Amino acid sequence: MSNVIMSRDDIRRAVTRIAHEIVENNRGAQDLVLIGMRTRGVPLAARIARAIREFEGEEIPVGTLDVGLYRDDLTERGPSVSIQPSDLPEIAGKRVVLVDDVLYTGRTVRAALDALIDYGRPGRIQLAVLVDRGHRELPIRADFVGKNIPTSHADDVQVRFEETDGEDTVRVTAAEEAGVSR
Amino acid sequence: MTTEARPDVVPAPFAAPSTDESGWKRRHLLDLDDFSVEELDLMMRTTDTMKEVLSREIPRVPALRGTTVVTLFYENSTRTRTSFELAGKVLGADVINIAASSSSVSKGESLVDTVKTLQAVGADVLIMRHNRSGAPYLAARTGHCSVVNAGDGLHAHPTQALLDLYTMRGALGDVRGRKVVIVGDLLHSRVARSNAWALTAMGADVVLCAPPTLVPARLGEALEDRLPPVRVETNLDRAIVDADVVMALRMQHERMQGGYVPGAREYSRLYQVNTERLARANPGALVMHPGPMNEGVEISHDVAHGLQSRVEEQVTNGVAVRMAVLWLITRTSTKQARAAAKGAL
Amino acid sequence: MTERILIRNGRVIDPASGLDKTADVLVEGGCIAAVGPDLKAEGARKIDARGLVVAPGFVDLHTHLREPGLEYKEDIATGTLAAARGGFTTVCAMPNTEPAMDNRSIIEHVLREAEARASVRVLPIGAVSRGRAGKELAELGDLAAAGCVAFSDDGAPVWDATLMRRALEYANGLGLPIIDHCEDPSLARDAVMHEGWVSTRLGLRGAPAASEEAAVTRDIALAEATGAHVHIAHVSTRGAIEAIRAAKARGLRVTAEVTPHHLTLTEEIVAFGSGGGWDLVYDTNAKVNPPLRSQDDVDACGAALADGTIDCIATDHAPHAVIEKLCEFDDAAFGISGLETAFGLCMRLAHDGRITLETLIERLTIGPVRALGLDRVVPGIGTLAVGAPADIVLLDAAAEWVVEPERFASKGKNTPLGGVTLRGGVAMTVSNGVVVHDHQRPTTSDQRPTSGVPVG
Repeated sequence: MSNVIMSRDDIRRAVTRIAHEIVENNRGAQDLVLIGMRTRGVPLAARIARAIREFEGEEIPVGTLDVGLYRDDLTERGPSVSIQPSDLPEIAGKRVVLVDDVLYTGRTVRAALDALIDYGRPGRIQLAVLVDRGHRELPIRADFVGKNIPTSHADDVQVRFEETDGEDTVRVTAAEEAGVSR
Repeated sequence: MTTEARPDVVPAPFAAPSTDESGWKRRHLLDLDDFSVEELDLMMRTTDTMKEVLSREIPRVPALRGTTVVTLFYENSTRTRTSFELAGKVLGADVINIAASSSSVSKGESLVDTVKTLQAVGADVLIMRHNRSGAPYLAARTGHCSVVNAGDGLHAHPTQALLDLYTMRGALGDVRGRKVVIVGDLLHSRVARSNAWALTAMGADVVLCAPPTLVPARLGEALEDRLPPVRVETNLDRAIVDADVVMALRMQHERMQGGYVPGAREYSRLYQVNTERLARANPGALVMHPGPMNEGVEISHDVAHGLQSRVEEQVTNGVAVRMAVLWLITRTSTKQARAAAKGAL
Repeated sequence: MTERILIRNGRVIDPASGLDKTADVLVEGGCIAAVGPDLKAEGARKIDARGLVVAPGFVDLHTHLREPGLEYKEDIATGTLAAARGGFTTVCAMPNTEPAMDNRSIIEHVLREAEARASVRVLPIGAVSRGRAGKELAELGDLAAAGCVAFSDDGAPVWDATLMRRALEYANGLGLPIIDHCEDPSLARDAVMHEGWVSTRLGLRGAPAASEEAAVTRDIALAEATGAHVHIAHVSTRGAIEAIRAAKARGLRVTAEVTPHHLTLTEEIVAFGSGGGWDLVYDTNAKVNPPLRSQDDVDACGAALADGTIDCIATDHAPHAVIEKLCEFDDAAFGISGLETAFGLCMRLAHDGRITLETLIERLTIGPVRALGLDRVVPGIGTLAVGAPADIVLLDAAAEWVVEPERFASKGKNTPLGGVTLRGGVAMTVSNGVVVHDHQRPTTSDQRPTSGVPVG
């Protein structure tokens, strides 16, 4: 059995807080660009943008980034998901916030940094994640975190969003069951 | 504890992709004769991504960094070779071009020896064009390199058919139920054969048209899946009615003198894709040609450069398609598999 | 060299006499001394043939021994050892050597080599034309005197009809037949396989069945016009068979042979190999001339062999070096190394009930002898008659074995049957009274005994 670590309401509150932190940290919404990383960073980025629109009244550009072509072998742990086109607004000189659902080893984020730089030269890049599960293998940290969840390597962290999976939850499936549930 | 996804809540860009690469098992791309619809679909979607890469300011990704790609062309072709070379470079691979002479056993190095040598030197992917049908199959059997067929004799030209399919889908959306007419020297055309396999697999209505002397044996007969299920027609005026796509094949001068047809004049009178004939096809029908074109023979100048012509688009799409091919076949190459096995937990 | 051998309790089948019963066979002085139940022979080597068929040694009208000139593919020693393993005690050597067997001195060379190093009897076939070039007649009379049993330009057809007519007339005067490789060179130009759906699928140039039919029809007309005997080599098409059947019905002197592979393998083997899969293979080991044809042609060959329209089986054993097959299909040499798999492959027809075992053995023994009139040259050949040369084969009709080309006695490992299980094997071969093959103790070509077959 798996444990629900974040409920629908927990997620909603986290999103709102992250949105506020982003705007506060950047002293406003000017030049902000949110880039969601496929797959679940995308609905998360959209929600953050919606929240910012509600309390700040600003329309933030949102893009999607697919890092399939930038991963090194060691990031390919699960079955490979097919690559998709990225869709980015103008990022030159902008304050880019990369958005992903889970931060783990950091390799996917490193790949995303490589990809972004190929698209142009952002003014700054920050990272926002819903869940930080630890076990970084590279010197990468998130600027905005929804929840820190200590895990072991064998644990399985599953983030589900209504837009992609039909419900809003964050679940952790513990080590022994993790092997079975896969 | 799963809740069912509510389709009306899932906007298209957020949906997880339906075809994933775990179904892709091929190490080689030799022909399209046994491709499933899912595999062709995956190839098309992957090409979409590659097209986006090409549209960037700096169209380069490190996907194939550390992979050595060798183009081994026994037949000259600047167009196809350059297309592959660029595809490899955009993906970050090291590309080496070798122009081999069409050597038989008696002169120069045998094909088997050449492949073994290249492998020993470090080639991961061999892109081969050869004037002998079946040559890439021999190369694929010879070692652990992945082999991509860039055209073998009269047999197959799979990347051409893939870029043709991609071009058609780009303009028509879907080829299912569409009438595609391919006209020309079918007997000697590997482009026609590969297109026939891909298009029939995708549900298109394929009509092949040629003078009777240039129709390959048994083609058009109901032979289950031994040959692609096409219709064969020797009268182009009849065949072209209601066509959604008309593809003209290059008519070589040697064939026109070789006793297959009485000559260029009669051929163009009966089989040329020109404005008059094109009017019998569906309005807006696509005109395609694998190139290079013999204007005035198999295709008129006006049609070749007219509004319905997709010839340039075919060439442009060629690079993206070849990038997709290189990406997918290297997903299952032994080098990647070994590295992944080393790095996995 | 010549010991007394007593072969006991085998099922003795001698198609020439109609004999088919359990009996013993006594060999003495290189000849058949007696055939009957419960023979006694003091001090003779006793061979237990229980469960085996004892038959005359097979006679192959069509073998390529490649000597002189092409010894890298095969030579007389290795080729005849391969024949022995396949149950053949006589092979007719085709003249497409280098230089061609178109004059007396080459024939004498071949026969001398055979006497010194061959495991079985070698009968030479002389060329029809000088150098096999298809232009001028070779010295057919001299070749006949040197020991040739027939004439052929095999490898190539005698394409010029006038030359074929003259050859038939001249050879007829010598009492010998012309063996023709029936192929219309124009229809078959550049072809590397049969023209059909497989050639379309593979993108390879094919020769239509009409190419063989046209040439056979021409030869039949010439045989009729000259009253001479024409023997059609390696028939492979239904159309050719029907023409031959009609010609025989009219009493013309037309005989024909078929290979084991044309009786059993179709064009699909070229595409997919014998492994049973559906991936394209482009199997160069299946590249042969005439090519492997359609299932309908294969069926027609089997039926014609059973009803006698085709007189005999001939292997067209065509060994090649590895490098000549390990290349692009268009460039590969034509030919199958077939002596060692012939019996096992032909047994498929017997196991399927399309031919009886007795008829099959007839088509491998007295059938070929009668087709070419070889008993004028070697009285009793192809039979187990008392006084005939002791050419005997012991067959295990049910034994299953896997074809391993690397272990062939032939230098030619080029067979599409690698890894295939055949049912029917040769347990022992006796040539001229000498055991030249014993499957329990297979010999290499350095060790094997020569049968000391007398020359000429």
